[in-house]
Amino acid sequence: MSLSALRWPPFVSPTLGRHLAMALGAAVFLLLVSSQIGAYDDYNLAAIALFAIATAGLTVLTGVNGQLSLGHGALMAIGAYTTSLLLRGRELPLMLVLLASVTTAALIGAVFGVAAARLRGPYLAGATLALALGLPQIPTRYKGVFGGEEGLTVSLPAPPNWLGVDFPRERWLAWIAIAAALATMVLLANVLQSSVGRRFKAVRDHEAAAALCGIDVAQTQVQAFVLSSGCAGLAGSLFAYWSGVTAPGGFSIPLSLQLLSAVVIGGLGTLAGAVWGSIVLVLLPTFTGGMASNLNLPSSVGNNLPLAIYGAVLVLAMLVFPYGIHGGLGRLLGLVRARWGQTSTNHKGVVDWDDPAPGG
Amino acid sequence: MGRFVVLTLNGLTEGAIYAAMALALVMIWRATRVVNFAQGAMAMFTTYLALFALERGAPYWAAFIVALLCGLLLGAVVERVLVRPVESAPPLNVVILTLGVLLVLEALAPMLFGGQIRSFPAAFSIVGMRVGSLAIPFSPFDLFTLGSVLGLMVILLLLFQKTDLGLRMRAAAFNAEVSRLLGIRVGRMLTLGWALASMVGALAGVLIAPSLLLYPTYMDQVLVFGFTGAILGGLDSPPGAVVGGLAIGFALSYVGGYFGSDLETVGALVILVAVLMIRPRGLFAWQSQRQV
Repeated sequence: MSLSALRWPPFVSPTLGRHLAMALGAAVFLLLVSSQIGAYDDYNLAAIALFAIATAGLTVLTGVNGQLSLGHGALMAIGAYTTSLLLRGRELPLMLVLLASVTTAALIGAVFGVAAARLRGPYLAGATLALALGLPQIPTRYKGVFGGEEGLTVSLPAPPNWLGVDFPRERWLAWIAIAAALATMVLLANVLQSSVGRRFKAVRDHEAAAALCGIDVAQTQVQAFVLSSGCAGLAGSLFAYWSGVTAPGGFSIPLSLQLLSAVVIGGLGTLAGAVWGSIVLVLLPTFTGGMASNLNLPSSVGNNLPLAIYGAVLVLAMLVFPYGIHGGLGRLLGLVRARWGQTSTNHKGVVDWDDPAPGG
Repeated sequence: MGRFVVLTLNGLTEGAIYAAMALALVMIWRATRVVNFAQGAMAMFTTYLALFALERGAPYWAAFIVALLCGLLLGAVVERVLVRPVESAPPLNVVILTLGVLLVLEALAPMLFGGQIRSFPAAFSIVGMRVGSLAIPFSPFDLFTLGSVLGLMVILLLLFQKTDLGLRMRAAAFNAEVSRLLGIRVGRMLTLGWALASMVGALAGVLIAPSLLLYPTYMDQVLVFGFTGAILGGLDSPPGAVVGGLAIGFALSYVGGYFGSDLETVGALVILVAVLMIRPRGLFAWQSQRQV
């Protein structure tokens, strides 16, 4: 009797088991890494983890469901402001704050998702871009509630006592962010394998065909928007802890565009691509910033070199790796396999795992 | 009442700029199905080049021409060298590519020309005109802005509707395959379309620079409002772009004037979403059905 013929209880499917095992392995590995590195690197690790949550949500929306969002930074802002407002002058359990942020962002995302479900392609892009531009103006306008341009401060969460008195707060934040990221990844990976995920893809690939199969296209698009907004809310909440200040300037259009570019650079439509993208997003500016300051360039050149390199990387990546890092790696793997005479690859660096194999 | 007139005139001038930007975006969208997010940065760069010429002692009109010609050239180069190779890649790639061009230009400008905020001269006085004893808040330069945007639009209209070249460009944008069969050099037409659009953008850059001042990101907001205007009018319709751009100009001016300037962009967002809920493909969409 083969493994797949066994009847699994509804909550312990092989898919869930595999994803949980992968997440557990990643958790052990990352906790070990995090314990060995300094506070600054832990801080960067936390950033990678929290941006991976946002990019994973965005890749589900844009890559899997085909809705282009240029305003995900605004949804992160909703999570961050929820967190900052809840923590204003009081202490609350971390889980409660995270859950509240996710819920708020998902609710507002649902409202916007209903509107977005009527829009396609560049029209949706324009509307979400306007969201990214308009929403940060509200805190500036209502200073009493949202703290205006200066924003609201949030302190790093205190590690629990059993970790010891001098356990670095940055490391604790990194652990929280990693746990949240892995939980998100497991959830999203399962959703994508489920009938919900298949509906997302069906709507992306052919709306009319999906509708003929009995899929409610608008409802599916709203679902994807809500899921994606919830992820953005979680990322935004962690971002508030991470940056210490929640101010409108932190959620301007560049953030939204960076998230989108990270998703595409990593490999659109795959969770692994989202992780690759967030690594590039966090580490590339750190790396190029350090490089520029070591080169002793005039300040007008040195200060702008990281931005120029980031832009050039975007352009070159699109010219050389049209399917992102994940697609590039897949192609490389295919070449290696072909070289060693194993099964011939049918994977021309195409990111979508359920893409039909090209004939021949 | 006086206030309303002030806001209307202000909205008209700003709207003309957004209309030019929207028109540039629509021209590129129609030619290559690309939303060119680098449009604003390209206009910023050509305006810096005009300032460079001015500082070398060139007269204003020579610098003006320099900006437009550089816009023409920059648009052609970006299309031919960068956009053409990703034609067959997934549609989002070219969006990211134009974002990359935007970042490179915004980093390159302060490297070459210095990052500090610079003033840019206007061709005419920017002090409001007087009719008899009545001061109206509309300067000769505003008039020039309006006139040159309108003039350029008329020239483009004539080019596209009345000349053989314009017909070929429209054909290439409408159906590349059939146009190629009819002997039209589609690639060249697309490059030319990008070049012309980029020139329109460059004009907007030079015209808005005196009031916004010149710094590497000064066109970002103009691009976003231009894009909003283009969406409002419908990305496939040049008249829609002009109407949409003007509408955004008026809307921003009225919202800013009556509700406070920090609500301007929220107002633009609300208007855009409200219009799109009723007309999901913009006000001037004539192709209302999606393809099955």
